[in-house]
Amino acid sequence: MAMLEVQDLHVAFPRGKRDEVEALRGVNLQLEKGERLGVVGESGAGKSMLAFAILNLIAAPGRVSQGRVMFHGQDLLKLSDRKIRGIRGNRISMIFQDPMVTLNPVLTIGTQMIETLKAHRRISDRDARKLCIERLKQVAIPSAESRMDAYPHELSGGLRQRVVIAIALLTDPELIIADEPTTALDVTIQAEIMSLILKLCRENDVALILITHDLGVVAEVTERIMIMYAGLCVEEGPTKQIITAPRHPYTSGLLKALPQNAGRGQRLYQIPGSMPPITALPRGCAYHPRCEFADNGCRTRIPPLQGGVACFNPLKGASS
Amino acid sequence: MHILAFLIRRAAQAMVVMFVISIIGFSIQDNLGDPLRELVGQSVSEAEREALRDELGLNDPFLVQYARFLGNAVQGDLGTSYFFKRPAIEVILDKFPATFELVLGAVFIFVSVSIPAGIYCAIHRDSWLSRIIMTGSIVGISIPVFLTAIFMVWLFGVELGWLPAFGRGDTVTLPWGWDTGFLTWDGISHLILPSITLSSIMLPLFIRLIRAEMLEAMGTDYVRFARAKGLSTWRVRYVHAFRNTLLPVVTVGGLMIGTLIAYTILTETVFQWPGMGFLFLEAVNRVDTPLIIAYIIVVGLIFVVVNTIVDFIYTLINPMVKLPGAKG
Repeated sequence: MAMLEVQDLHVAFPRGKRDEVEALRGVNLQLEKGERLGVVGESGAGKSMLAFAILNLIAAPGRVSQGRVMFHGQDLLKLSDRKIRGIRGNRISMIFQDPMVTLNPVLTIGTQMIETLKAHRRISDRDARKLCIERLKQVAIPSAESRMDAYPHELSGGLRQRVVIAIALLTDPELIIADEPTTALDVTIQAEIMSLILKLCRENDVALILITHDLGVVAEVTERIMIMYAGLCVEEGPTKQIITAPRHPYTSGLLKALPQNAGRGQRLYQIPGSMPPITALPRGCAYHPRCEFADNGCRTRIPPLQGGVACFNPLKGASS
Repeated sequence: MHILAFLIRRAAQAMVVMFVISIIGFSIQDNLGDPLRELVGQSVSEAEREALRDELGLNDPFLVQYARFLGNAVQGDLGTSYFFKRPAIEVILDKFPATFELVLGAVFIFVSVSIPAGIYCAIHRDSWLSRIIMTGSIVGISIPVFLTAIFMVWLFGVELGWLPAFGRGDTVTLPWGWDTGFLTWDGISHLILPSITLSSIMLPLFIRLIRAEMLEAMGTDYVRFARAKGLSTWRVRYVHAFRNTLLPVVTVGGLMIGTLIAYTILTETVFQWPGMGFLFLEAVNRVDTPLIIAYIIVVGLIFVVVNTIVDFIYTLINPMVKLPGAKG
């Protein structure tokens, strides 16, 4: 049995008094212990929804309308408030996108770290403090002791994200969900933070779900990739296979759009059009208006995910 | 040391403010009518009146009069009340405990109602109780304070007869000469209606402010992150969200204390509360110019002191604001 198994997950938001729109339209996902999965897609594809839904943290008025999130065989969505709190931040941690707003501005770094430990462990203040300082050193924060009494605004963005990573690692979790952990950072810091996350996951045998829109980053860090489009998974498979031989036209488009894949002096490739909002999805495959291979079947039916790709006219993979 | 630097700076600022207040306060004296009419009877002849004016220095040029006033004021002498024939500052300070306790009562009611109500309305935003509170607060904002006061006098004082509707009741004099109404049941029961009336001015506004700020804080990323860390609901709400709503609440609250003091005039008049506000209104009716000016200056001083305290509290709860002189 996989460590984490998301089955047919739907997230819905109310539209008007009775109607609902779906931000996730039935997503499946499997993750083994220590495995690193990249979830890739444009803004609005439902990547963050997936991350928050796994921990049952979808903010009202949104709700998980269908599906299961099995973690070691128990459905996280069915747990009591108290029990799910015992999992959040303890066995499954999150790293948020923007470190400038993730930490509470009126509490010291130490307070925000120690409270996490105290929520999950019986531990004395002194031991908690010691452990926190140790973790801060692990994420390479200089003069860790004095940072414990600092407020978030006294730290740079990169340092703050290191603190957030240290908090995520505090309780030796089995899984870290990182929601675009480098998007809000300076380009020069991005690589540092990403390699730090990778290193710590490897050293501590922590599984990782890395949510990003950057295929380049995913290629370096993860073992498997899941491509999302308009609330559905459109392609899934080993990282290497997807990067070298994408089968869904959307994945292929994303790869072609990477600057390193364009020749010198050439115009960068663009996928024509933009992703439809969840309130106005086209019939059939949500990607068909932008797809050069679309036929009548694509316009009427939603292609099921079969053999790692959800497409009626997939490109030829490397194997075939 | 930082606190000392802060206090010195604020004291300098306060002196400028007090100087301006003294000019404004003093310059209205010519526009309040003839103090001689109150001082002397009808039978006094015009020549005698003129002599008295000279003696009181009322015929001197404005600047001369002001300089004399300022010179005395810095020595703690704000003039002698025409009516009480006692130093104006003494007359006012005699009434200060009554006003102070009224404001204290109002602040107590106001804090113990607005914070729970605001938080409740933010957390259970769609419940019927928060709808009632929110609707009630709109009504509350729109009703003028003298109407609330008179209504309460009529209902609780006259019709139901539950609570006394005027005066301060029994007071106990503390060793340092402070008359307190807090120590007797009679004193407390007299305090209830005026305090509620006074607090009703800001209460609706504050419930709405706290609700709005709390709602905003509950939607922030750091509150989401706090939940993702597996913290208890209590800790997420009160340690993470509520601490952040305190910042704007203290800011607005500090400004509103001034309004509160201003409204004591109305409240004290309706409830015949023997405080500074009531005294001030009497002084205006009697054209007791020194007393009016002294009141303005004392209230100005209270303002400055309160705002300094609020600023100081603000630096304690907001780590991003440092006292001037502190590093960082």
